[in-house]
Amino acid sequence: MTTVGKPEVNEKKRVDLDVPMETSTGMGLDTVAMEAVDLNAFYGKFRAVRDVNLSFRDKQITALIGPSGCGKSTLLRTLNRMNDLVPGARAEGEVRFHGQNIFDASVDPVELRRRVGMVFQKPNPFPKTIYQNVAWGARINGIKKDLDDLVEHSLRQAALWDEVKDKVDESGYSLSGGQQQRLCIARAIAVKPEIILMDEPTSALDPVATLRIEELIQELKVNYTIIIVTHNMQQAARASDYTVFLNMDPDRAGYVVEAGTTGALFTNPAKQETEDYITGRFG
Amino acid sequence: MTPSGTEANGGASNLLRTSSQMRRRQRRGLIAKFSLLAALMVAVAALVTLIVTILNSSFGLVAVENAQSPGDLVTSRGYPEGTALGDLSKEDLVALLEAEISTNLGRRFEREQRFFDSRLVFEDPYVLNDLCMSGEPPPACYLPARSPSDVEALVVERVVSPTIVGTWSFFSSVFDRDEVEVFAAEKYPAAELEFRSWLSWDFVTSPQSPEPAFAGIRTALFGSLWVVLITLVFSFPVGVGAAIYLEEYARENRLNAILQTNINNLAGVPSIIYGMLGLAIFVRTLEVITSGSFLGTGGEATANGRTIISAGLTLGLLILPIIIINAQEAIRAVPGSLRQAGMALGSTRWQTVRSHVLPNALSGILTGTILAVARALGETAPLVVVGASTFITTDPAGPFSKFTVLPIQIYQWTSRPQDEFRNIAAAAILALLVLLLTLNTAAVILRNKYSRRTA
Repeated sequence: MTTVGKPEVNEKKRVDLDVPMETSTGMGLDTVAMEAVDLNAFYGKFRAVRDVNLSFRDKQITALIGPSGCGKSTLLRTLNRMNDLVPGARAEGEVRFHGQNIFDASVDPVELRRRVGMVFQKPNPFPKTIYQNVAWGARINGIKKDLDDLVEHSLRQAALWDEVKDKVDESGYSLSGGQQQRLCIARAIAVKPEIILMDEPTSALDPVATLRIEELIQELKVNYTIIIVTHNMQQAARASDYTVFLNMDPDRAGYVVEAGTTGALFTNPAKQETEDYITGRFG
Repeated sequence: MTPSGTEANGGASNLLRTSSQMRRRQRRGLIAKFSLLAALMVAVAALVTLIVTILNSSFGLVAVENAQSPGDLVTSRGYPEGTALGDLSKEDLVALLEAEISTNLGRRFEREQRFFDSRLVFEDPYVLNDLCMSGEPPPACYLPARSPSDVEALVVERVVSPTIVGTWSFFSSVFDRDEVEVFAAEKYPAAELEFRSWLSWDFVTSPQSPEPAFAGIRTALFGSLWVVLITLVFSFPVGVGAAIYLEEYARENRLNAILQTNINNLAGVPSIIYGMLGLAIFVRTLEVITSGSFLGTGGEATANGRTIISAGLTLGLLILPIIIINAQEAIRAVPGSLRQAGMALGSTRWQTVRSHVLPNALSGILTGTILAVARALGETAPLVVVGASTFITTDPAGPFSKFTVLPIQIYQWTSRPQDEFRNIAAAAILALLVLLLTLNTAAVILRNKYSRRTA
């Protein structure tokens, strides 16, 4: 367990928020769950994400939108250091979580990932039973008591319990695509994270299943901070509280164009680039 | 068909007419199909020829000449005519031996194993007593007396002493039986013609013998099983461990790239080179360990470092690269999304590998291991160099025994001039094939069990 000095947290956050940010429109004074400061992400010599300064609000949904290849996913995966697993990937700058820079040597990426969970683009349940899918994460994190309750609770939270309560011992692969994705969400919830990162969680699903996931995300917002990458602008408009628009510069490095409340960004974008993108003139 | 499509073809009737270009395409397709079929046929023909040749030598007619006919021996002990040798009492069988073999030979047999617990037949009690008190007591001092069937086998071997004077292949035995009979009656008037399956239970359970009719593969079979066991115990954990490290932990740097290239190349090194390596390392340098003398078990029975453990480790080195490469491929085939899912839940690398990567790679790893072990089971050259015994009649007692293995036994038999040795070589090949098939089947069952469990 990485111990974090809890009382200092808020103070430090306030200080950090005074740092002038390129794109601080509408985001700032509320409680911040996670914050990127001058964040750059590289694959070898290639810079994929450039000078990102963002704060992600606690218990809110933040959507990252932008054209293909603009570094949305890289940015997302940097936030829980999943990008460490990609050979040659590295990050510069800071990501602050509970007042601590997650790139500090003292931060254990394993514990960070337990607290900042992730749901992937393609549903990827383990080739095990539904029960084991949900219970495994808890088990490896040392939770051994009341696993049955935990599994039921997580599946309920993921709005999947009613559909699978009679067949939790069947393979996770026996479920439909949308159910599998909700199983993955249940699996992520079971380790009690604070933030859930979602990397285009509905891109492999049909519209009905997509809608269910979107509704689910709204319900999860009560307990979790959610950061979601999406290709689908309607989804960002429908399902998020805050939206960040990223674009690619001529060197193909992604940068934040504009960030703000979803309503403001979609109805009254501050930058021409944003307006061009959301009105479908490019991207 | 869309309207535009029909228009392009200039009317619906053209759909059914094959254009010349289409005919050419179809013809090329057919040529390709038949070439591939021909390739398959060549492979099948080669396999069938191999199997038929082996079967042809493994069964067939033999002409047997007995030094003394069993019937005469039975009646000479006062039994009615037609009694089988096996029905005689042990006393009568021993009496037959006493009457027919030299006292010296009898003493030798008796020192190997006594005929009766209560009395000695050939040996002087005082001499045997002295021998038992000496530093190296003969087996008779601690073994129980011979069983009646053991004595019967001795009578058959030494007194009846059947000699195979002529052998015929399976095909001539079946299709030209009349000719064979005429030929045999002319050339070997004293011999009896009988159909013999060279592969028999006796063949599998008898030790090696200089007489092809009595020779068996028990010693070689146990040798093979022991060697393969040592090979597996050594190379499976080491190979799979190395593969996991290379796939899951090693960084992509120059050193690891060199390492990987070398492992790939090692898989192609001729096996005799591994034999030299094994000779230098296990037989010579590590002799203290491989001869078992560090445990105090070394002695006359062992062959310095030329033991089962040396052979097993040598073959282990030989198949190590194969196991590593196959395990790597199996591990690589596990989708990365599973690893990501595991890691994203806050598991350590090892937890993810242990719970998700290995169970899903296991069936592939096992398949690779089976192939590697099958190769080890058939290897001859490196074991010749390491020093497998060419003639040995005692079963291996453990990893520090001297040994021979089936392929070496087969090789040794095929190089003998007498025809009968080729027959028993063919039978031994069959036994080796059956052994391989059994191991493979067992492994396939094991593999299916595991892949069902994880799917």
